[in-house]
Amino acid sequence: MNIPPELKYTENDEWIKVEGDTGVIGISDYAQEQLSDIVFVEIIVATGEMLNKGDTCATVESVKAASDVYSPVSGTVTAINDEDLPDSPELVNSDPYGQAWMLKIELSDPSELDVLMDAGSYQKYCDEREQ
Amino acid sequence: MYFPHTDADRAAMLAEIGLDNLEDLFKDVPSEHRFPKLNLPAGLTEMEVLAELQDIAWTNDTTREMVCFLGAGAYDHYIPAVVDAILRRGEFYTAYTPYQPEISQGTLQAIFEYQSLIAGLTGMDVSNASHYDGATSAAEAVNMAYHNFRGKRNKVVLSPGLHPQYRATIRTYTRGSEVIIFGDDPQADLTAGPESLLPLIDQDTCLVMVQYPDFFGRIYDYTELAEAVHKAGALFGVSVNPMALAILKPPGEIGADIVTGEGQPLGIPLSFGGPYLGIFATRQEYVRRMAGRLAGETVDNRGQRGYVLTLTAREQHIRREKATSNICTNQGLMALAATVYMSLLGKQGMQQVAELNYQKAHYAAEEISSIKGYQLWSPEPFFNEFVVECPLPVTTLNEHLLENNILGGYALGKDYLGMGNYALIAVTEMNSKDDIDFLVETLREVANG
Repeated sequence: MNIPPELKYTENDEWIKVEGDTGVIGISDYAQEQLSDIVFVEIIVATGEMLNKGDTCATVESVKAASDVYSPVSGTVTAINDEDLPDSPELVNSDPYGQAWMLKIELSDPSELDVLMDAGSYQKYCDEREQ
Repeated sequence: MYFPHTDADRAAMLAEIGLDNLEDLFKDVPSEHRFPKLNLPAGLTEMEVLAELQDIAWTNDTTREMVCFLGAGAYDHYIPAVVDAILRRGEFYTAYTPYQPEISQGTLQAIFEYQSLIAGLTGMDVSNASHYDGATSAAEAVNMAYHNFRGKRNKVVLSPGLHPQYRATIRTYTRGSEVIIFGDDPQADLTAGPESLLPLIDQDTCLVMVQYPDFFGRIYDYTELAEAVHKAGALFGVSVNPMALAILKPPGEIGADIVTGEGQPLGIPLSFGGPYLGIFATRQEYVRRMAGRLAGETVDNRGQRGYVLTLTAREQHIRREKATSNICTNQGLMALAATVYMSLLGKQGMQQVAELNYQKAHYAAEEISSIKGYQLWSPEPFFNEFVVECPLPVTTLNEHLLENNILGGYALGKDYLGMGNYALIAVTEMNSKDDIDFLVETLREVANG
């Protein structure tokens, strides 16, 4: 299982990569593995929209289940990945931390990052669920 | 006979919950209410029941014994015997539509064929397995369009030429929601064409919905309206008479995003208003917004062709709290009837039936408008239904017609202000030239006499 050390993680298996005051958001390798083959990704927020931490921002559908993606932080959406993901939802399986990023958000409250898990805690969190 | 439990079953169940007998289970119900005396007549034999039901049935006037010129959404068409023969096969004629692919290949294939035929007829990419009737399909179109924009556009523009009952159903569906309906207020100019809807469309509009041919029978080219709707970023919905589509340009080619309609003309009897068939088709890009079931073709683990329900992750049973519609079944048997009907007639056969309707309706319109006091309301082209202005109230007129065993046209005054003297007359392949001439003769007598 791939858990890049530079990212932060949520209990709902989203990741966020912080670049300056912008956070890039997607779902983790663990999440894509649990969902199995992803057949549909829909980003349900638009650029410019204000999000609160915990708001639904995308829906991911696999052959097994459908689940929502929640924003790990509050802020303004600055970009959504509507180029690659709608046509190639399988990118979530093959490259969850790269090409399958879902949205970029300008953080309104960077202190929200402090309560997120780092790679070590997230690894432990995933291991616990595997048992 | 059906015995749900044996005495031994009952005893085992009672023992499990620690009771001695069945009465103990009901002891919280006061004894005088447990088996109240019901005021019921004595039992009847099968022969007596049949005779009584037959008596009741004979009080109905049916289109078999009358000459019918009533349409307004449900039409008296000929239904070939093979439709019923296939429908009533035990494999299909079950109480509920089974969807498990392991045991239901026949049903699922029939639904798949139905979807393919409807997609072809409407010119759309995908059809669902059907809804209940034309009204619920129209309401689901509103539902879908509203959710397509995630609630950010809440205006729906309905043409006053959309069936009044469909508009009423849409209002029932959307009651208590954010959806606001425009376009069909009682003051609307009914003689105006689709361009009258243009000023109502704006950035808050999620759907503009029209009917084709419209409720008054008129056929409009909606191409320009569709362009305007798309320019505003909204969806364009078209409610159709599927029989008319056999000879009209399909709505998919005039820019429809959602096509709904009443499937009753496709081999389904009038039956007092139901069960009917709700047609619902859309474009590929909206397939995941569509309510209801969808059958798809696939291959099994031996590479053989098979059919399954597809896109089930969006189904209400998996994502119930996110569902945008409460419909998760379909009108299976009626969809099968339509499938058999369309397959039996084929493209040419459907065209022939549609042309018969067209020709007979136009003959009737010409004859009726030649009677003194009667005239056609609209100069627009029509299919098998048209509006006639009559010299007396249609309700009075229809009483006279009924005395002559004629079921007259629909009295538009019921739904539209100031249209008490206007009748919506439908003519199908079931009406012979003699029937039409008899109607014309009777109309002449009533007016002059």
